Amino acid sequence: MTSDPNSNGKVPAGGATGAAPVHHAPPPPRALPGGGETRRHVLVAVVLNKPGVLNRVASLMRARNFNIDSLAVSHTDREDVSRMTITLHGDDVAVEQAAKQLYRLIDVLKVQDVTSEPTIQQELALVKIRATDATRAEVLKLVELSRGRVVDLADGSLIVEVTGSEPEVDAFVALVRTYGIKELVRTGAVVMARGSSSIEEAVRK
Amino acid sequence: MTIAREGPADAPGTVAPPKRRSHVPNDGTSEAAAVERARKEMLHEGRDLKRTRIGADALCEALLRQGVDVFFSYPGGVILPLYDILGDYPELRHVLVRHEQGGAHAADGYARVTGRVGVCMGTSGPGATNLVTGIGTSLLDSVPIVAITGNVPAALIGKDAFQEIDINGITLPMTKHNYLVRNADDLPRVVAEAFHIARSGRPGPVHIDITKDALQQETRAGHPTEAEVVAGLPGFRPNVEPHGRQLKLAASEIASAKRPVILAGHGVLHAEGWDELVAFAEKAQIPVAWTLLGIGVIDETHPLAYGYMGMHGWKHVNRAIQSADLLIAIGMRFDDRVTGNVRTYAPYARIIHADIDPAEIGKNVAVEVPIVGDAKRVLQGLTRMVEPVDPATRADYFGQLAEWKADSVASSWHGSGAWRDGLLSADFVVERIGELTDHQATYVADVGQNQMWLARYTGFRQPNSHVSSGGLGTMGFSVPAAMGAALGRPDRETWAITGDGGFQMTFQELMTLVQDRIPVKIALFDNKKLGMIRQWQEIIYAGNYHSAHLLGPDYVKLADAFGIPAFRARTPAEVDEAIRAAQAVDGPALIWFEIAEEQNVFPMMPAGKGLSDLIENWGGADE
Repeated sequence: MTSDPNSNGKVPAGGATGAAPVHHAPPPPRALPGGGETRRHVLVAVVLNKPGVLNRVASLMRARNFNIDSLAVSHTDREDVSRMTITLHGDDVAVEQAAKQLYRLIDVLKVQDVTSEPTIQQELALVKIRATDATRAEVLKLVELSRGRVVDLADGSLIVEVTGSEPEVDAFVALVRTYGIKELVRTGAVVMARGSSSIEEAVRK
Repeated sequence: MTIAREGPADAPGTVAPPKRRSHVPNDGTSEAAAVERARKEMLHEGRDLKRTRIGADALCEALLRQGVDVFFSYPGGVILPLYDILGDYPELRHVLVRHEQGGAHAADGYARVTGRVGVCMGTSGPGATNLVTGIGTSLLDSVPIVAITGNVPAALIGKDAFQEIDINGITLPMTKHNYLVRNADDLPRVVAEAFHIARSGRPGPVHIDITKDALQQETRAGHPTEAEVVAGLPGFRPNVEPHGRQLKLAASEIASAKRPVILAGHGVLHAEGWDELVAFAEKAQIPVAWTLLGIGVIDETHPLAYGYMGMHGWKHVNRAIQSADLLIAIGMRFDDRVTGNVRTYAPYARIIHADIDPAEIGKNVAVEVPIVGDAKRVLQGLTRMVEPVDPATRADYFGQLAEWKADSVASSWHGSGAWRDGLLSADFVVERIGELTDHQATYVADVGQNQMWLARYTGFRQPNSHVSSGGLGTMGFSVPAAMGAALGRPDRETWAITGDGGFQMTFQELMTLVQDRIPVKIALFDNKKLGMIRQWQEIIYAGNYHSAHLLGPDYVKLADAFGIPAFRARTPAEVDEAIRAAQAVDGPALIWFEIAEEQNVFPMMPAGKGLSDLIENWGGADE
């Protein structure tokens, strides 16, 4: 959707006469919606906390051929309202279409693409890392440098909790991979826009 | 608690005393008496109303409050608590269908001709899954229906109980919204919400699954007002009113356009905006093309009515679209059957796209001016904002359009009159049905060639007179949908136009037509083929006719076995007589038209090709 008069490679408004156009050259093909550069988007959806709402969102994304990278769901301060953070890859038009499709769900109150906004994005990961007597000290050093926290220590392994943006968590995971990752779980990103504006307050109105 | 016939205190007035809406004339014949006996038995006449109000009562009250006068259903184990009290609600007419799919299509047909919400029901398990095809049909065509199913008692859910299936999970992606009700107290609210959602904004199907115990529980729950319903759905606020700025942008595009075309779709019918469409087209002097589901938005004899667009649309209409400099799309969604290959679609056109569903705008084609709003309001706004256009200033354009139209009609097989010498052709039959019904009937299509012939050659004069499964393309739709359409608009004759393939999918509903005396006239086009399959195989699959040949019964004997008068026409000379004979029958009737076996529908746009790549004839045996 654009108001650029030369979009889609078509003639500008009023540029031709009333008779049928004289087809000197074949017209350029009409551009398809989307087809732009694919990038990571973050959608925040505020939804009614009703049974099946997660299923509705997941089912819609699957049926409409959108690939969810991560999905984090939790309560908000309001008992009847939940909040979802959805990260997905796609071009801007495709993601706008995903947001509009989400709006069609009766239980969805508000959807916002916060990709281009200043946000705080955090993710939590638990990593069970192999640690022998020989490597434990090295691993602990890395954990410390990465601002991680050892939450479980056992014979031959330890569990580290690390929090940060997705790239930060990615980096930590890559760092410790050489020692052997026995288990890895990530929450997916949770996101909040900086500043005093509030998507949840916007819903309340 | 005794049953409150007028509902709780907030009910709008009292419900009138039960009226028997008998459609069974008791003329003293033994057949009529038997039907009447069966009906009385079904309605539990004379039943004592002094009993506890249960969930099933709340359901019936809620349906009555929504103005439901008929619903289509089939009983089963878990929904029997409802059937046990249905006799106390004789003003709710129950039509016992022969298969739940027929019930869903009937509700759909009812909704399409009345603009009101259609209702169908079934039991759990297979009853529910049988509804699914009909629900999908309504979803793809945005038809407001409420489908209600029983489910096993709440305690048995998830235990793989007898006739238990996760129908809520099944209908989730194919409804506008769905519910599982486990508590009778929730029923009044859920039913009111379901109807509100089904008919508001972009219409669509809503499914309510009700556990058996919820139907049986005693309840005192009252019915919500419409305002309470709206307040309880904070996530459902359709954008009805178009934005003034967008209308202004659209008006300026229209002012500078030299070759504009209006593309009118189903949304105009949903919004009841047909008068506004004509007013707008006349003021701005813009020809109107319509989609399959938009048929009836304008009287086809109106000077600005240009024709039916798309894959099997008129060549002149597609030509106009391909050379247009502005498309004004109202309540349509640029379906692939309308655009063909989007890359070559309307290459010179800028696009104004108005739809009540924001998700439709920019979905299939990029547009210059998006307008979100109800089609009627959009058309009113546009009419207000555009300057009146003198048709003389469009003389060149209109001259070109007239030339194309004459050429397109003359070059079609139909227009050439070639059929007069040969076999019985379906387009001729359709045209005769249109003529002999004075274009005043409801015409219900099945899917395939018959659907396209009906769309092209009937000649539609009024809105909501054409019923067709456009989006899902559900074969077997015609006869059951006509059943609902006939009950919705008993003032009109109702014609079901079907091929032999689709007819053989759902003809069990013939018995419903008889039992409920629903006067549907069935025009059965028998080419002993799956005609559209055969056409594609001929043109796209090098004549490899696998499974295109279809055996059928003697349809006159078949209809006779159901007690339906049937007529047969094999030549053009027999057509009028057969149609008149069917019209003369007081009740359902069937005409077996044995049409040319290898007639194709032309023009045809092969899938994946563009609107400029129409195939106009193929030189086949019957052409």
